[in-house]
Amino acid sequence: MAKSGGGAEHQRKKAHRHGGDGGEAGEGGQVAKKAEAAIEEADELLAEIDEVLEENAEEFVRSYVQKGGE
Amino acid sequence: MAIPKVMGIETEYGITVPGLTEFNPVLGSSMLINAYVAHTSRRVRWDYEEESPLRDARGFEHAREPAGPSEEDLGLANAILTNGARYYVDHAHPEYSTPECLCPRELVAHDKAGERILARSIERASELLPSGRRMLVYKNNTDGKGASYGCHENYLVDRETPFARLAGEVLPFFVSRQVFCGAGSLGGPVAGEFGPYQISQRADFFEAEVGLETTLKRPIVNTRDEPHADPEKYRRFHVIIGDANMSEVAILLKVGTTALTLMMIEDDAITGDFALESPVQALRRISHDPSCGATVSLRSGRAVRAVDIQWGYFEMAEKYLMRHEAPEWAGEVMARWEHVLGALETDPMSLDRELDWVAKWTLLSSYRDRDGLRWTDPKLQMMDLQYHDVREGRGLASVLARNGKLERLVPEDDVRDAVDRPPRSTRAYFRGRCLAQFPGEIAAASWDSVIFDVGGDTLRRVPMMEPLRGTEAHVKPVLDECRTAADLIGRLQG
Repeated sequence: MAKSGGGAEHQRKKAHRHGGDGGEAGEGGQVAKKAEAAIEEADELLAEIDEVLEENAEEFVRSYVQKGGE
Repeated sequence: MAIPKVMGIETEYGITVPGLTEFNPVLGSSMLINAYVAHTSRRVRWDYEEESPLRDARGFEHAREPAGPSEEDLGLANAILTNGARYYVDHAHPEYSTPECLCPRELVAHDKAGERILARSIERASELLPSGRRMLVYKNNTDGKGASYGCHENYLVDRETPFARLAGEVLPFFVSRQVFCGAGSLGGPVAGEFGPYQISQRADFFEAEVGLETTLKRPIVNTRDEPHADPEKYRRFHVIIGDANMSEVAILLKVGTTALTLMMIEDDAITGDFALESPVQALRRISHDPSCGATVSLRSGRAVRAVDIQWGYFEMAEKYLMRHEAPEWAGEVMARWEHVLGALETDPMSLDRELDWVAKWTLLSSYRDRDGLRWTDPKLQMMDLQYHDVREGRGLASVLARNGKLERLVPEDDVRDAVDRPPRSTRAYFRGRCLAQFPGEIAAASWDSVIFDVGGDTLRRVPMMEPLRGTEAHVKPVLDECRTAADLIGRLQG
């Protein structure tokens, strides 16, 4: 599947949010490393989603019709 | 003094056979349940004697709706399991009602056990389907096309608590609790930074404040008065406003904070006035604002956020617990409650490992960003649905949990245990143990009875009108000594 660059940017923002506050002065390298690891992890997760996501999403979603319950 | 909060969750699951348009969901649901039960135990009939779904808590009986034959008449699957749960066809859905639990964590295990039972049912039913067909099941609340199906909670409350006061005091809590127990939905108009995403699956389907209906004009506070217990002493407060949750933290918070709120109401400890100007509109406004910053009007004229209302109930609970005997589980629920409210105020998205609606949003938006998708892309709608798929490894919530992206509270071993074994501290223990121990000698059972067939001319009905009797401590020694149901009946009479 083609990947655009937008995801990486989003994940960087996320990594900053989760890990950015904890870094002390002089640990910049470690913070960057952590951020990189987080991006990689997020990419792996999305790749895993690609693998399990139902095919023919459009048809699938359209035909998912339920009767009301309760 | 508030009574112990016996509680349970009933979930109607969505059901589909991809590619089969003429699929009959009623028969499909029945097939799932029968396939599961055939592998586990002898089918035991449900005892309908004490059922009265048209009785209203406000004190009157409704005429029967022209709804056609009941489930019993149609002979649809309706089973009681050895864990004390009821598993049956309700309308066009398989429904799983957990056994009665006495603490939120135990209920989390039993609610998750329901997902495992549905997943096993799918596996077993698949052998009965034509080749190439598969049945899929979703623990969600809407098909995205105008239909909603429910996830109801039940709490035992004191009959002496006036219902009108209960309804009024719980209403603002119900309108606002979605900020931590909403399951997230792509089903709104596209607006602002969150596109068509909203916090709750159910908010758009509610049209009234208080009432008996569950399928039309759904009310925020439901008045069904069917206690399944001694009606002189108890109510079963039937809650229809919640979303079905995948997140264990969300389940714990949903039932834990609601139980605490009901205890405060029983003890007349609601001191703050959060009466809303327009509860139905407030419910929707809050759901459609994932930033959690929107305000709603109180009757007093004040404008408050959902989080402010929740802080109000939290603070009352803090004071309440200092003055009253706190249940063992209260500490964990209070700590979680405080934590999520703090985070919802400062950065709701930091709760992506804890709450369903945030976890789903985070997943959808990172997928969307990666592929540059529009909000209306069917792939995102598919993810919104598949988040709730009950199959482990296929359901996206379970994929998140496996990757450490969605917190788990209960060890999987405890969930598997809850598939077969009843809770220890309610009457569900007696029901479940009897089902496991004397499957051939039980003619029928229900929430408040077990009917034995021990030979002879008449069936023997053991009523269980006290939800806190029939516990492990109470009946295990006797059950351990009984070889047959006749032994048990003899002991109970002796």
